[in-house]
Amino acid sequence: SSQYFLSFSTQQRIEIHKLRQGDNLILGFSIGGGIDQDPTQNPFSEDKTDKGIYVTRVTEGGPAEVAGLQIGDKIMQVNGWDMTMVTHDQARKRLTKRNEEVVRLLVTRQSLQKAVQQSMMS
Amino acid sequence: MSAAMDTESTYSGYSHYSGHSKKAHRQGRDRHKSPRSKDGSRSEKSVTIQTPPAEPLLGNDASRAEEGQDDNWGETTTAITGTSEHSISQEDIARISKDLEDSVGLDCKRYLGLTVAAVLGLLVFLTPIAFILLPQILWRDDLEPCGTVCEGLFISVAFKLLILLIGTWALFFRQPKADLPRVFVFRALLLVLIFLFVFSYWLFYGVRILDSKDTNYQGIVQYAVSLVDALLFIHYLAIVLLELRQLQPMFTVKVVRSTDGESRYYSLGHLSIQRAALVVLENYYRDFTVYNPALLTASKSRAAKHMAGLKVYNVDGPGNNASGQSRAMIAAAARRRDSSHNELYYEEADHERRVKKRRARLVVAVEEAFTHIKRLQAEEQQKAPGEMMDPREAAQAIFPSMARALQKYLRTTRQQQYHSMESILQHLSFCITNNMTPKAFLERYLNPGPTLQYDRDRWFSKQWTLVSEEAVTSRLQDGIVFVLKCLDFSLVVNVKKIPFIKLSEEFIDPKSHKFVLRLQSETSV
Repeated sequence: SSQYFLSFSTQQRIEIHKLRQGDNLILGFSIGGGIDQDPTQNPFSEDKTDKGIYVTRVTEGGPAEVAGLQIGDKIMQVNGWDMTMVTHDQARKRLTKRNEEVVRLLVTRQSLQKAVQQSMMS
Repeated sequence: MSAAMDTESTYSGYSHYSGHSKKAHRQGRDRHKSPRSKDGSRSEKSVTIQTPPAEPLLGNDASRAEEGQDDNWGETTTAITGTSEHSISQEDIARISKDLEDSVGLDCKRYLGLTVAAVLGLLVFLTPIAFILLPQILWRDDLEPCGTVCEGLFISVAFKLLILLIGTWALFFRQPKADLPRVFVFRALLLVLIFLFVFSYWLFYGVRILDSKDTNYQGIVQYAVSLVDALLFIHYLAIVLLELRQLQPMFTVKVVRSTDGESRYYSLGHLSIQRAALVVLENYYRDFTVYNPALLTASKSRAAKHMAGLKVYNVDGPGNNASGQSRAMIAAAARRRDSSHNELYYEEADHERRVKKRRARLVVAVEEAFTHIKRLQAEEQQKAPGEMMDPREAAQAIFPSMARALQKYLRTTRQQQYHSMESILQHLSFCITNNMTPKAFLERYLNPGPTLQYDRDRWFSKQWTLVSEEAVTSRLQDGIVFVLKCLDFSLVVNVKKIPFIKLSEEFIDPKSHKFVLRLQSETSV
């Protein structure tokens, strides 16, 4: 039997509770991308003209990992604010608002699923 | 037992110590002689050498038959059997006979053409003068007096004739550099044009002026001036047709030598095939490395081995199926797994290594030899009168120390035929005179140079035949192929037209060069 991979994207809603570290509230991941950045250097995007915000790193054991955020996810919305056409700095600001303890993200994730095709002859 | 087993070849009767062998060489040879003879006596199969050949490579003196054994001026050991000295190959005979018969026939044709042109030119040049002088001689008394106007016209005729003379001398009076197989079309055209032109002028002059004894001298002089003007215009036409038209490049020709594949590209303008062949040949002597038959022996032996590998037996009867046989041979050869590519690879690698080694030894030997020579300045020349040498003697003094290394290198690269000892000595004294470094001296020997660099006897390429499917006076066109054959090899010439180039312009404002920084930053939140 031969193996095939299907690639499709799913949308996830992820709720991250910020962790207080001293004076800062951290989320535990890093972002890359933005309309003022170079989209061709983004290793996670499928379309190299995509200027959206992507998750480039997730710290182990951090609030983002606990909430289920994965590396390579594209962030579409943060608390209802659109993140597909924002600059890098605007994205950072929207995620690190001082008076918010919880952020609700809408992310798009590419998954590969193995589909095994059964051979006709048994 | 040893007497029966020993195979001795004695070498006799072939020494000619020429009168001008220098003492230094004899010393050099004697130095090398002793170890070799020791070797000779030790082995079972021994070769006894009676006398070493002294300078068998004498340049001009050497006959054709001795060309095979001419590289012994650095060493002393050769065994030569009696039969190979005086054989002349078939090719040599063909070459000698061809040289003889061709030199006689073409000269007549060339001189005939030249004399016709010269006579015509002289006639044409004297015509205006005759036009002016004849009325004065024949009916002087009847002529109308013609004052300053005529004198002005005389001066202008004189100067125009002078300019025409200088121009004709510059354009036409040159050493013919080649013999072309067919007549040069443009030149013939111009000659015919000039002839018709002058003939018609004479006709008119004879009928209208001589017969009727015209008295208007000013008109006659103006007629002569118009002739000179027209001749100057024909000269202009000659320049354009013969010299200018071919200057603009229209074709690119690729010239490939058939024996070793060396190729070059040249740009040519509008020329006939024979003139293009002439240009190619002129450039051949300068650009192509000299044809060396010794370099082709390796591929020939490989080819012979391929052919000898298979034999075909006809089992089915006397029916002679030749094409079927050859096809079967080719198929069998393709299927056979031979390792000749392996041989070739290792042989070439080995040869390269050997050449590099010998080259290193040669460079070191020459550098060391050159350190022994020092140029004397003018003041020093008076102070040390004892040991002064002229360049030739200096060359002969340092030559023995590099002779052996040079000879070995030339033998390895199979160039020994092209350099006789005399030519090497001459080159060495030339380099010493001109303060050249050892590397400059060696440049001539390390790489094979163009044919012009070598002695005429070694060229293998003096008599050329143009083989072409089109007429040789027709113009060059895209796709024409013609072959220039000489006795040993041929040059295949392929003509391609230079493509029509469409060039368009684009204006860039210098202020429009602007740049932006593209980043990909990563921020942790």
